[in-house]
Amino acid sequence: MNERRRNLEQLPSLSRNPKKPDEGRGSPVSGNSARHATLERPTIQELQKTPIGVRGLDEVTGGGLPKGRSTLVCGGAGSGKTLLAMEFLTRGATQFDEPGVFVSFEESADELATNFVSLGHNLNALVKQKRLVLDFIRVEPDEMKETGAYNLDGLFIRLEHAIDSIGAKRVTLDSIETLFSGMVDTAILRAELHRLFQWLKTKGVTAIITAERGRNSLTRHGLEEYVADCVILLDNRVTGQTATRRLQIVKYRGANHGTNEYPFLIDESGISVMPLTSTGMDFESSTERGSSGIPRLDAMMGGQGYYRGSSVLVSGTAGTGKTSVAAHFAQGTVERGGSCLWFAFEESSSQIIRNMRSVGIDLAPAVQNGKLRLHTESPTAFGLEMHLATMHKMVDEFKPTTVILDPISNFSAIGSEVEIKAMLTRLVGFFKSRQITSLFTNLVTGGTPENATEAGVSSLMDTWLLLQDIESGAERNRVLQLLKSRGMAHSSQTREFLMTDHGVELRDVYVGKSGALLTGSSLMVQRAQEEAQSIVREEQADLLKRELELKRQAVEAQIAGLQAEFEIEHTKTLRAIAQDKSRTEVLVDDRAQMAEYRQADTSDAELTTQRELGGP
Amino acid sequence: MTSRSKGSFSEAAAAQDEERWVLRLYVAGQTPKSLAAFDNLKQLCEERLKGRYTIEVIDLLKNPQLAKDDQILAIPTVVRKLPPPVRRIIGDLSDTERVLVGLDLRQRDLIGATAL
Repeated sequence: MNERRRNLEQLPSLSRNPKKPDEGRGSPVSGNSARHATLERPTIQELQKTPIGVRGLDEVTGGGLPKGRSTLVCGGAGSGKTLLAMEFLTRGATQFDEPGVFVSFEESADELATNFVSLGHNLNALVKQKRLVLDFIRVEPDEMKETGAYNLDGLFIRLEHAIDSIGAKRVTLDSIETLFSGMVDTAILRAELHRLFQWLKTKGVTAIITAERGRNSLTRHGLEEYVADCVILLDNRVTGQTATRRLQIVKYRGANHGTNEYPFLIDESGISVMPLTSTGMDFESSTERGSSGIPRLDAMMGGQGYYRGSSVLVSGTAGTGKTSVAAHFAQGTVERGGSCLWFAFEESSSQIIRNMRSVGIDLAPAVQNGKLRLHTESPTAFGLEMHLATMHKMVDEFKPTTVILDPISNFSAIGSEVEIKAMLTRLVGFFKSRQITSLFTNLVTGGTPENATEAGVSSLMDTWLLLQDIESGAERNRVLQLLKSRGMAHSSQTREFLMTDHGVELRDVYVGKSGALLTGSSLMVQRAQEEAQSIVREEQADLLKRELELKRQAVEAQIAGLQAEFEIEHTKTLRAIAQDKSRTEVLVDDRAQMAEYRQADTSDAELTTQRELGGP
Repeated sequence: MTSRSKGSFSEAAAAQDEERWVLRLYVAGQTPKSLAAFDNLKQLCEERLKGRYTIEVIDLLKNPQLAKDDQILAIPTVVRKLPPPVRRIIGDLSDTERVLVGLDLRQRDLIGATAL
């Protein structure tokens, strides 16, 4: 008896049921009613949270589910309730060292284990490691013949036994509503459920209760009345033949939470929620620049290319070379040592590689060494939200430095302009928050390209390249314009856009006399003309030079003549001087001879003269 | 036709008379409901199955692991282990009529009435 009482105390309020008047009469546990007060939790303490471990969901809930409380997960058939509940346990067991108990009212333990193998969970291994208990509670309406007052202590005891056997911190009841099909007396059931959720709180376990979505209420049987701390609504909605899974935190008592509907994915790695709508605008703006992969285009943007983390729109009509611009960008990224994730919505990856090879861009090596990932997906494969979610997930996995979406115009098949804009807004925000430079190509059909490019889309973009066809002289030529490029000085000139066998080349365009752009062969004609003119000009200059030379030569000849004359004069003069001198000498000699002859005494002066004049 | 079926009923009734009944009562501690259920069950068995029944009382507070085997949710639950098939009823067995139907004891009453 004593032992029993002690046991009962471990199960607070086990036999106490305030709604049943027949209780308490001679009850051995009637003294327990005083326990009611201990059920009240301290309210001052800040709400603690238990991380779920599901990608994105912890962000949306601001850290997880309310710790030690129960969360209601409701949704229609196939909305992913069981999976979410199971992931809560498996992630708890593997990532947070919190063992869990999965009480299933619908599937047996074997069925559960089999179902979850395809989602990458080895439940049997977790069970063996004592980190998970799978308990199947079968409810068969025929066997629940009610013959008087009862309660659900059997369930409580089983649950407690399971929790205590592995020290569980997490519990899932999937789906307890099944009880409603087995029991006629729903008044008892409701009272018992109320007691169950209170009891779970006192056990200190964080629980997920799943329930089927009701027609006019959150759950078919109004479970939200009992589990009121946190309610998560799952939804699988089909719009335009494509289904999108969405998740919404309807209620989270005592905590801030995102109220939007968030798309979520179920794939081989389980659930991932995409909290994209919550992306703020407070991302860093980098001043770092990265090449566009086309040197001349970089030159148009001040020589450095796009800002890191900026968004680039390349729009143009069919066949104007949008994908080639993207391919250059991809290759430029890889050459700089970055990695690029290319979402192709039109061509297969092998087709892109082949086509780009024809213009001299070989993407294959980058793909092989894992620097470039080409992800091809049909736009109509699933809804916009799912595309968003897939891209979000892939970016998270691959962690690229640049992303290409080629082309975004294909999304118009699965969404209205407003929806596409909303999606792109989120995408651009997401890329910016990750400092990923993104390039979007956009096919423009009909009308003038400026008008046809959804103004909404272009306003999201930091840089807008417009590719155009210019038809003149029975031919089409491509031109590129840099319509805008936020935060940098950029060329406003149109460039001719040539696709050569060594990639895209940008050239200056000629503006003809009439003001029209000259491209292609008309450009060549213009160039030939200009060349001819320049030859003529050069010849004229030559002629002038030659004339000048002649003049110079004539002048020089004249100078030479004058100089020659002068020389002659000079020589003549010198000779005359010399003759004069010799005549004087002879005179002196004669005088000396005469003196000698007369034997006159010679004066010093005379002798000196004699010597000076070259005497002997 | 009627006589033949009567005969087979009598035979069945006779066979049933020989059967041993094994009833398992699941409780969780000595709660009023559990005690009431045990009293009601005992009384019923004494009345109708005297000398050939066994009542096993299983206290899940002592042996919680046993709850799993018989898929016990509600307390008290009575499981008829023998004779087959297995039948189960829940509650404190105060509604005798439902207990008789639930445990398949009612048929015996009818047969007894026709036999007389």
